[in-house]
Amino acid sequence: MAHDSLYAAPPTVEAEPGAGRLATLRGLLGSWDAAVVAALVVVVLVAGLTVENFATGRNAQFLLLDLVPLALIALPMTLIVITGEIDLSVASMVGLCSTLMGQLWLSSGLSLELICVLVVLLGAVLGAVNGLFVTGFGLPSLAVTIGTLALYRGLSFVVLGDQAVADFPADWTAAVVRNIPGTSIPVVLVPLLLLALVFGVVLHATPAGRALYAMGNNDQAATFTGVSVARTKFWLFVVSGAVCGLVGIFWTLRYASARGDNATGLELTVVTAVLLGGVSIFGGRGALLGVLAGVLLLGVLRNALQLADVDANALTIVTGTLLIASVVLPNAVADIRARLHRRRQRQPVAS
Amino acid sequence: MSRTDTGAPERATGNAPTDPDRPRRGLTERLLAVRELSLLIALGLLVLVTTVRNDRFLSGQSVKDLLLGCAILVILAVGQTLVIVTRNVDLSVGSILGLVAFATGSLFLSAPGTPWPLALVLGVALGALCGVVNGGLIAVARVPALVITLGTLYAFRGVDYYWASGRQINAADMPPSFLRLGNQTVLGVPVLFLVALVVVAAVGFYLRSYRSGRELYAIGSEPAAARLSGIPVGRRVFAVFVANGALAGLAGVLYAARFGTLDAAAGTGLELQVVAAAVVGGVAIFGGSGSAYGAALGAVLLTTIGSSLAVLRIDPFWQQAVVGALILAAIGLDRLLALRVAARLRGRSAHGA
Repeated sequence: MAHDSLYAAPPTVEAEPGAGRLATLRGLLGSWDAAVVAALVVVVLVAGLTVENFATGRNAQFLLLDLVPLALIALPMTLIVITGEIDLSVASMVGLCSTLMGQLWLSSGLSLELICVLVVLLGAVLGAVNGLFVTGFGLPSLAVTIGTLALYRGLSFVVLGDQAVADFPADWTAAVVRNIPGTSIPVVLVPLLLLALVFGVVLHATPAGRALYAMGNNDQAATFTGVSVARTKFWLFVVSGAVCGLVGIFWTLRYASARGDNATGLELTVVTAVLLGGVSIFGGRGALLGVLAGVLLLGVLRNALQLADVDANALTIVTGTLLIASVVLPNAVADIRARLHRRRQRQPVAS
Repeated sequence: MSRTDTGAPERATGNAPTDPDRPRRGLTERLLAVRELSLLIALGLLVLVTTVRNDRFLSGQSVKDLLLGCAILVILAVGQTLVIVTRNVDLSVGSILGLVAFATGSLFLSAPGTPWPLALVLGVALGALCGVVNGGLIAVARVPALVITLGTLYAFRGVDYYWASGRQINAADMPPSFLRLGNQTVLGVPVLFLVALVVVAAVGFYLRSYRSGRELYAIGSEPAAARLSGIPVGRRVFAVFVANGALAGLAGVLYAARFGTLDAAAGTGLELQVVAAAVVGGVAIFGGSGSAYGAALGAVLLTTIGSSLAVLRIDPFWQQAVVGALILAAIGLDRLLALRVAARLRGRSAHGA
């Protein structure tokens, strides 16, 4: 993103060598992932002890089911943001995939299995359009995906109008909310975790993953090291679209309803979760584990407050504050650290 | 980015690179490059086609509705232009509008005798305060405004919901003099639209002719260079967010006057429409280029498309899709023009001309 040169680059989290007095502070806050995980643990403990009905199997099931769309879309979004791009059209792609699934089921007479495959392919095509505009025409992804956000949402209303398709077979709609026998963990978590594993391995353990960080840090330098920046980014947008296709299917079956306004506004929650997870909006920094912790933190906090009878809409204060804190705090900590470091350096000279 | 923006005389564009090539461009390209003109042509064509199909489209009442409908979006788009020109973005405007609208309603509810000009001033002040929060956080965090205003989008809206806690304010709770503001016309032109026109003219003039206005373009073109040339970048960006907040506050008060019925959801999702209007109006999303007039025309065009679709009996569900396609077309066109200009400049220097 081209915003980056407006402000000085964010201070790096690695402190200067020899900041001995602050070693503990660095140990605590040095890794954002660790901070998010710690916050998650605290929230779960406090909520479990103080909020009625929080620590029940039924609540765990609903909490996890609610998080599936967020977690799924956050996977490709993490990769995209690490390369310095953004995809704001994700929720609209989910909506369009959902309504097309409904329309196909209503009028095409195809089997649901085939429809699901088609919907994922369609999602990939929608993502490819984003990718083409961004990499083929060299347009800023922020502007392009604001455009396709409107375009895809509009098309999803065109497909079904204000109608809803709801008569999906009961065994399908029951399957997506079913638990692993003997537990209160939904079955859909298995493919989600497998997918997360694949994304994690690709990002953190392959040359392709390292290349994503390189692109995020410096597009041109990455090009000179032999990374095909445009092609990689194009495929990231395609993958993002395909995952949105999957989420569209899940959303439709979970709520047994294909509607034009499905998942409206989800894009901002996904971006919030990704940034909360420690991914830099400048690109080039972040880890998948942190993002998953961010998704969980967001979900658990909202769930607990909802159970504590806080108005669901007012909960957006929490989302917003978390997001702002996640970007303001690391900078503030780094500032304080740098100031203390300077003072310590000055002291020997003075004496 | 293409310099489709200013159309300002060269002497005033101290910070923008001059374009020595201007007289030699082809006619079509020149027309396309003046975004305001191509927007006017598109708008004219749209109105023409719609009127041919249904001549009531240009009747007094219909035009009045149209102007009334676009006034609030125009004000927001112009404010957003100030921000985007400096290579920032403010996603929280919809939430600020909602918060101020509800605050205005609550004010009349708790103090029924409040004169409306006072309510207007308080609303603008509340909006400016939200802008101060945005600008201050951006200065502290040194991260893109996108992130901070995404956060305050949620936070302001949450405050709004928390405050409203499910209540709704009705037109009956507000003084008639205030509500008249939302519907009154002067010589057939709605007051709301006149307010919007004043805002457009003021911001447009400021951006084009004031030193600090030109500095905003410099900041958006290359922040580092702007800083080196002595422009107080931080202060300017902060001021821009406060100004945009104040304009969103103004829009919030006008929203309350126009619709009368208010709940905490007022203006939800408006931010993307506002950014869309600015982008369609030729404001480059990554700064340094664009004019308030273009953004205002973009807002008018988007609103008109909505009404035309209804008149043309096209499924209103197409509206949003058309808006999306328009955004893509607008940024695509900008890119194309920028590439052609770049190619020509390269060609000239290669020939040593």
